[in-house]
Order: sequence, then C-alpha cells, then structure tokens
Amino acid sequence: MGPYFARRVVIAIPTLWAIITVCFFLMRLAPGGPFDAQAPVPQEILVNLRARYHLDQSLAVQYLDYLGNLARGDFGPSFKYKDFTVTELIAQGLPVSAQNGLCALLLAVVLGIPAGIFAAIRQNSFRDHAVMGLAMTGIVIPTFVTGHLFILIFGVWLRDTMFHLPAGTWNGGAWPNRILPAMCLALPFIVTIARITRGSMIEALRANHIRTARAKGLPFRLVVTRHALKTALIPVVTYLGPATALLLTGSMVIETVFQLPGIGRYFVQGALNRDYTLVMGVTIISAVAVIATNLLVDVLYGFLDPRVRYD
Amino acid sequence: MTESVPSEIIEGRSQWQDARRRLFANRAAVASLIVLAVITVASIAGPMLVPWTYDQIDWDHMEVMPPDLATRHYFGTDSVGRDLLARTLFGGRISLTIGLLATAVALVIGVSVGAVAGFVGGKTDQLLMRFVDLMYAVPLTFFVIILMVLFGRNFILMFVAIGCVEWLTMARIVRGQTLTLKGKEFIDAARAAGGSTASIIVRHIVPNVLGVVVVYVTLTIPQVILLESFLSFLGLGVQEPMTSWGMLISDGAAEMETSPQTLILPAIFLTATLFCFNFLGDGLRDALDPKER
Repeated sequence: MGPYFARRVVIAIPTLWAIITVCFFLMRLAPGGPFDAQAPVPQEILVNLRARYHLDQSLAVQYLDYLGNLARGDFGPSFKYKDFTVTELIAQGLPVSAQNGLCALLLAVVLGIPAGIFAAIRQNSFRDHAVMGLAMTGIVIPTFVTGHLFILIFGVWLRDTMFHLPAGTWNGGAWPNRILPAMCLALPFIVTIARITRGSMIEALRANHIRTARAKGLPFRLVVTRHALKTALIPVVTYLGPATALLLTGSMVIETVFQLPGIGRYFVQGALNRDYTLVMGVTIISAVAVIATNLLVDVLYGFLDPRVRYD
Repeated sequence: MTESVPSEIIEGRSQWQDARRRLFANRAAVASLIVLAVITVASIAGPMLVPWTYDQIDWDHMEVMPPDLATRHYFGTDSVGRDLLARTLFGGRISLTIGLLATAVALVIGVSVGAVAGFVGGKTDQLLMRFVDLMYAVPLTFFVIILMVLFGRNFILMFVAIGCVEWLTMARIVRGQTLTLKGKEFIDAARAAGGSTASIIVRHIVPNVLGVVVVYVTLTIPQVILLESFLSFLGLGVQEPMTSWGMLISDGAAEMETSPQTLILPAIFLTATLFCFNFLGDGLRDALDPKER
C-alpha cells in the first residue's frame, strides 16, 4: 500500500508537468495578447507593459520562469485583474466553488445511490421505469436551462410565498442562496449516479454469494445493504473520482447563471481576455484535483473489494 | 455449393439478427428510432420548405413575436425578427452534424488506438494506454474551451476538438474487448492462414468489437450535442447568423419571463433528440448483451 501510494504520487508529477507545458504553449500559440483589447496605448507604454509582465522575453525564458515560480508556489500576477495575483484570486474563488460543489456532491450521493438501489431491486417494474424515466430528464436537459427554470420558478413565480429563494449571488454563503445552485449543479450527477448504481446493483444481485446469503435465510434488506451494496458501489466510486474533482473546482455554467464568485467564471473570462496566468492557475488547480481524486478512488477500491491488490 | 442446400433447412440466426429482433421488440427503442428519423428528416428538408430562411429578418416584426399563422411564423420570431421555426430546424442541422462528426472523429481514433493497443500488446500497448491515462487527468472541457476561445468560433475546429476529447473511453472499451478476442481460435486460424497483423485487426477484430462500439456511439452523440450547447451558452458556439439548438436555448433563456416559447420550442427538439439517443443506446445495450438471451 505505502510503496504503491508513493509511486502514484511520483507519476503524478510528470503528468502535471505535461499538462502545464501543453497548456502554456497552446495559449501562446494563439493570436492576440492580453493588452490588445484595451484602448490603443502609446507604443512606449505598451513596451513598458510588456516588459513589466516579461512578455518581451523569448517564449523559452518565459516558460522556464513560469515553471520556476510555480515550483515556489507562485502563480504570478493576473494580467486582467490589476493589483491581484492569481493566488489571491484563486484563494477568493475556490472556497465558494468548493463549498457549492460539496453541497452538490452530498446531494448527488444521498439521493442518487438510494434511487438506483430502489430501481434495481424492482428491475423492469413500473416503479423502476418511472424512476429511471424521470432520471433521464435530468441528463437530457442542459444545466443552464434548469438553472434558468429554477430562477423563474423559485425566484419569480413563488416570490410572495414561503418557497421563495434568492435567484442568485453568493451573499457571503447564506443558506437560502446556496440551495438553488447546489440543486442545479447536483441534478445531472444525481441521475448518473442513480443509473450506474442501478446497473451495478442488478449485476451484483446475480452473484453466487448473494444467492447463498438469501438461501441461508437472511432478510432481503440485509442482503442488499450488507452484501450486494459493497460490490455495487465500485463503479459508483470510479465515477465519483472525476465527478468530485469537477464539482469542487467549480462549474462555469452554474457560476455564470447564479452569479457566484467562484473560479469557474474566471476560466472563461480569463481565456477571453488572454489572461494567461489566471487560466493556467485554474487549469492547474483542476488537474491537481482530478489526479488527487483518482488516487483516492484507487485507494478506496481496496476497502470495497478485498480482491484488489496493489502492486 | 449454395444451390445444393435444401431450402427447407432451418436457417441459423447470426448474432446480429438476434440482436435486431430483440431491439425491435423494445418499444422505447423503436419509438426513439422513429422520432430521431422524423427530427433528422425535418432538419435536412425543413429549412427548404418553411416560408422563411434562418437568417432572413422580417422587417415588419423586429421583435419577439408569439406564433402567428397570418404572417406564416409558425413558431413566432426571435428578438431581431427571424423566423423561429426556420432557425430551430436549421439549428438541428448544426447540432446533429456536430454530434455525428465529433462522434465519428472519436470513433476512428478510439477504435484504432484501442484495437492496436489490445492486439499488438507489449510496449505499444503500454505507450498508448499510458497516454490515455495521462489524457484522463487533463480537464478536457477546459481544453475544448481554450481551443474555441483562442482559435475563434470555427465549425470544423469545434467537432474536431470535441472528437479529440471524447475518444478516450472508446479506446479503453475497444482495448478490453480486443484482449478477450485475441485468444479466440478464429484469430489463430486467421494467423495460420497467413493474415498480417493489420488485416487481422481490420477484418476480424474491428467487426467483432462493433457491437460494444455501437452502444457507446449512441451514448456519445447526445453527450457531444450537450457539450456543444454548453459552449453556445458560454458564447463560444457557432457564429451568428448560424445557429444551433444550444444557442437558440441560451437566447431563449434571456427572454424566458416574457416569451417562454423562445426557450421551450427549441428545448423540446434538443431534449427529444437526447432522450431518443439515450433510450436507443439503452435498447441496443440490452439487445447486444449476450446475458439477455
């Protein structure tokens, strides 16, 4: 276990380096620069600006500088948000994104897994089809549509009732403000988890040890929760790894619809403004999250399935 | 040889015939196929049949207008007076084309990489699969967005970029299937008959993994269409006056309070298509699953 873990962490470093390198050169390859959009500035000022951000040096020097700063934990200054470093911007945005993502993750797990089990133990019955049919709507309606619908229903139509919820903004993390974005963000994940759980639970219930457990007279409820659930959860955990990374690092769509000050919004804005360092910073945070959660998933396999060996 | 076979002999059924029979017994899948066919035909032929074109402005109604038969705007108009029915059908062309082309790109890359990695094995397999693992760690939606932002909202780039993102899972699935096929007798036979590696992959491996691939393809197309709609929402979709379902929906969302039909009508087309592809994919999976027999 220990050596396996250590090796995986060591492998993660070149992976991260490859991502940073590809991202860095991809952005510089594109036409345009961070100071194009502003009103035309005199040539002398432009030269000074470019010198200030080291854009006048060769690409190789810039790249090595960036890697060196990164190794010291410095993401560099933002090109667009003057007077802010990327580290400061991420430190402001990430807590908002992560908290919203965590609420959504909890919702997805708490609602998705029971729904999947419910459908699986009534396979092909009316109730199975009803739950799964309803679940399908959660996948096929884009989040920005559900987001706007939620705002319309809870923010506008139910304005004068007790069900009224604020239609946007973070408001320092007040609970009423958190409900709609978290629900909206969670919806596709609830549905996917329910579908995966249903499939793997049906599979798990066909296994020999389940028949044995039932034959010795164990109540069906206990067969499901004690024996089948553990095997059935393996594909769910596999899915939850990247899903967690995705949720915690912020959704561009949800943060745009509900006007949350998270890091997802920085990404699109940053890319449009050629804010090289900000885009790099957000990408690196996301990549680290994906790598870390995948590692966590591999460790969890061992707990869920004793047959898994690390070597 | 063939004419000597007596006609009353019981014909063997191939796996594909079995699968087709099971698929056609699945009412949800058949209904989905019909709806998809109708939407496809409407998207191809529709823009030529409706009285307005997708980029034509009705100078008498330069604002959002509810459906109106007198002016022959059967779905009404959008905020600059363009016919919503014409735009919805034209948007269908774009959305479906991107869905199909991006999936085709993913299919070609995924099947080639998966089959070669699985069949050749050894160092090639190691190299290709480590590359897939590496790509999995990349936040790929980010890359699509970076590409779209940096190189402009280009129709061709869009489906190539999405296709290059979606092939990873396909490669893994095909590799797994190839590994199980590799040990089968008919592959040994093909090798004994003098088949080269390339011809065995093309003639024997690829046809046998198609079942799994077909299921995955029907589930990838709706994902791509959805991804395109997100790009449109973020303002990175196709260029005006061209449009797609995703773009129409995000335009409609802005007008939602006063004229909900601008959101609901395109959304019905998009969700119906996504529903049908998902049901079809589920139906195909059940039909091609040997355990269901």
